Amino acid sequence: MYKYDEIDQQIVDERVAQYRDQTRRYLAGELSEDEFRPLRLQNGLYIQRQAPMLRIAVPYGMLSSAQLRKLGDISKKYDKGYGHFSTRQNLQLNWPKLEDVPEILADLATVEMHAIQTSGNCIRNITTDQFVGVAPDEVIDPRAIAEIMRQWSTFHPEFALLPRKFKIAVSGTKNDRALVQAHDIGLEFYRDSNNQVALKVWVGGGLGRTPILGAVIREHLEWQHALTYCEAIIRVYNLHGRRDNIYKARIKILVKALGIDEFRKQVDAEWAHLKDTDNTITEAELARVAQHFDAMPYENVPAHDAGFDAAVASNPAFAAWVKRCVHPHKQTGYRAVTLSLKPHGQAPGDISSEQMWTVADLADEYSFGELRSSHEQNLILADVKLSDLFALWEKARANGLASPNIGLLTDIICCPGGDFCSLANAKSIPIAKAIQMQFDNLDYLHDIGEMELNISGCMNACGHHHVGHIGILGVDKDGSEWYQVSIGGKQGNDASLGTVIGPSFSADEMPGVVQKLIEVYIKERTPEERFIDTVRRLGVAPFKAHVYAKNEVAA
Amino acid sequence: MSNLIKLNNGVASLVEDDWTLVQLPATQIEERKQAGKVVLFKLTGEATVTDAQIADTVIPATGKIILPLSVFIARNSEVKARIAQGEIGVWLATHELLENLTQQQADLNALPIIAIFVERFADGRIFSLGNLLRTRFGFKNELRAFGDVLRDQLFFLKRSGFTSYLVRADRSAQEAIASLTDFTKPYQGAVDEPRPVFKRYNRGA
Ligand code: HEM
Ligand code: SF4
Repeated sequence: MYKYDEIDQQIVDERVAQYRDQTRRYLAGELSEDEFRPLRLQNGLYIQRQAPMLRIAVPYGMLSSAQLRKLGDISKKYDKGYGHFSTRQNLQLNWPKLEDVPEILADLATVEMHAIQTSGNCIRNITTDQFVGVAPDEVIDPRAIAEIMRQWSTFHPEFALLPRKFKIAVSGTKNDRALVQAHDIGLEFYRDSNNQVALKVWVGGGLGRTPILGAVIREHLEWQHALTYCEAIIRVYNLHGRRDNIYKARIKILVKALGIDEFRKQVDAEWAHLKDTDNTITEAELARVAQHFDAMPYENVPAHDAGFDAAVASNPAFAAWVKRCVHPHKQTGYRAVTLSLKPHGQAPGDISSEQMWTVADLADEYSFGELRSSHEQNLILADVKLSDLFALWEKARANGLASPNIGLLTDIICCPGGDFCSLANAKSIPIAKAIQMQFDNLDYLHDIGEMELNISGCMNACGHHHVGHIGILGVDKDGSEWYQVSIGGKQGNDASLGTVIGPSFSADEMPGVVQKLIEVYIKERTPEERFIDTVRRLGVAPFKAHVYAKNEVAA
Repeated sequence: MSNLIKLNNGVASLVEDDWTLVQLPATQIEERKQAGKVVLFKLTGEATVTDAQIADTVIPATGKIILPLSVFIARNSEVKARIAQGEIGVWLATHELLENLTQQQADLNALPIIAIFVERFADGRIFSLGNLLRTRFGFKNELRAFGDVLRDQLFFLKRSGFTSYLVRADRSAQEAIASLTDFTKPYQGAVDEPRPVFKRYNRGA
């Protein structure tokens, strides 16, 4: 993965010094609350329900074992011994002290990490899919461009104080797993008819209060222009995006107001001046950065392993794990492994310091010392030999990291909600836990099959509820907590936003509601049909009818 | 003590301000500057400054003055001679359009100073405006930021082409100077150094 040189290191070190001084001035009363806010936010520090919350950047989800080990140390020393992986592939600490943050940053800097631009109205952490570099359907490994964009966006002077947060995702696969359509800018790599690397550019997507899937602003962009074209887009947004109302300040609102054609016209006019200026990426720079992401030193191993096959045949628990948590790989004899951070009954995405240390060890032992975080809030060891899978499984299982539920109903995406977040309308973690407990029977869970259930504690949609096959949204009704349910949302190339099925439910009702949605699916599905396909085929009506049936009788 | 920081060949120092800033008289009309609805303003032809405000603005008869853009445009004939003598500068607010300035004044370099007023320091339009004045419109003279200017913007303002900074009156400009050099080797190309890091250094492999 990308290794810092002196220049990268100097920037994070200077950042630590700068932020240390900003914190000092704030604590000394030289900066008001209002003045300090944008500064601390650009450093990922929120003031939350319980305590400050610090969001640590994990650029495009890549972590080294040394970094994860350090994150374990930091969460032990400065927090309550755990952290939370977020849907933006970052790690959040829920209980740091504001005064400690400069020290935490200094510790992070020792392992080439930071919290730069993890929040605030600037270009946020750039995300991609967790299987980059190893996915069989990958056309181009997008990490080099993502890293070049990380550097370009870091302390970008023109875009430090945008109207609103700005999120960029890159994808290099045929099957989009980076949610490019739900980002302010989505960059989709492909090879054009001349076999040249090109980008399709999406703009104006985002979830939140006004969920909108992005539109294609440019079908074909030569990769050299990735920075200047983004500059043009963001400049138009910076100058013309609304600043009067934060709920209407995202780029999606501007794109909608102008229409994609007019917006494209303005961007192209701007780009005419920026194209071929100095920020054009050179072959040499791409090659330099790409070297950091060269393929791992894979061994020449056979496509089949007798020990692995025997273990699958004789051990149903192992077989179940392999089915759900082990994924195909470009390299013969290797697999990618998802370590589930969704054991039933725990907050999705949470991980203890001890588990971080364990995963770091596992990465060292089995996966070249590297790992990734996913937007589904799990961890991935991307390069595991078939012959190592059994040993890895036993160790992961002993540490609560091998729930065989990846891609299933209980692999819930869930925001921190009312337990931690001061913006929440309702709790979300207890709902996730209750649903996990309701569906604790593994055979049933596997029978239900592929399913995405996403929960957000408010319409900010941190839990991506709009694109969940089942989406749950916490709402406030007369001061008490209720939950609105939508179905039919989906991420990927054929992304869609879910449809609300009707009036909201109390927390107690939620496991039962999900149960009923599943019942309709089981009854109606054709062989091989996924829940999402059944919903798309039948529409909301039969689901709605069954879920609300009893209520009507009672009323 | 002056609160004006000025860059001279890249070196920052505190200087006395020899310009007088002319303000628009206040009105009761709701100001919609924060709206960021330039697009809407353009579509509806709405003005953000009233004719009465422009007419009531007092233009000092002598001395070096910085006029609001709207006054500079509407009452240009009154100051034509003084522009030629280099006594007139212009300031604009972050919601105003640069094209309105360039349509009136094709040769921007006849103006010794252009200033941009930022009402709230979180309003990052100022950076794009600075960038455009330097890179698109070729402005070479003093480019000043004033208003809610705090030390934590200075590095970005410098990189966006600003060469002077009137730090908010309740803060020490002396202390603020240090922030101009918060970072020594920024990654991306910008106005002050157009070459990104990968074109400035040989970063090896
Ligand atoms: C606990 C502190 C948090 C706060 C105060 C917070 C705040 C917000 C707000 C205000 C928005 C709406 C932005 C908008 O549409 O303009 C938002 C969106 C979002 N947040 Fe959070 N959030 C928090 C935690 C999280 C966590 C833990 C995750 C991941 C698990 C997350 C991921 C996201 C995502 C994916 C979106 C939607 C992005 C989009 O619409 O493009 N946030 N958040
Ligand atoms: S969705 Fe709402 S409750 Fe959940 S983390 Fe985001 S802001 Fe907080």
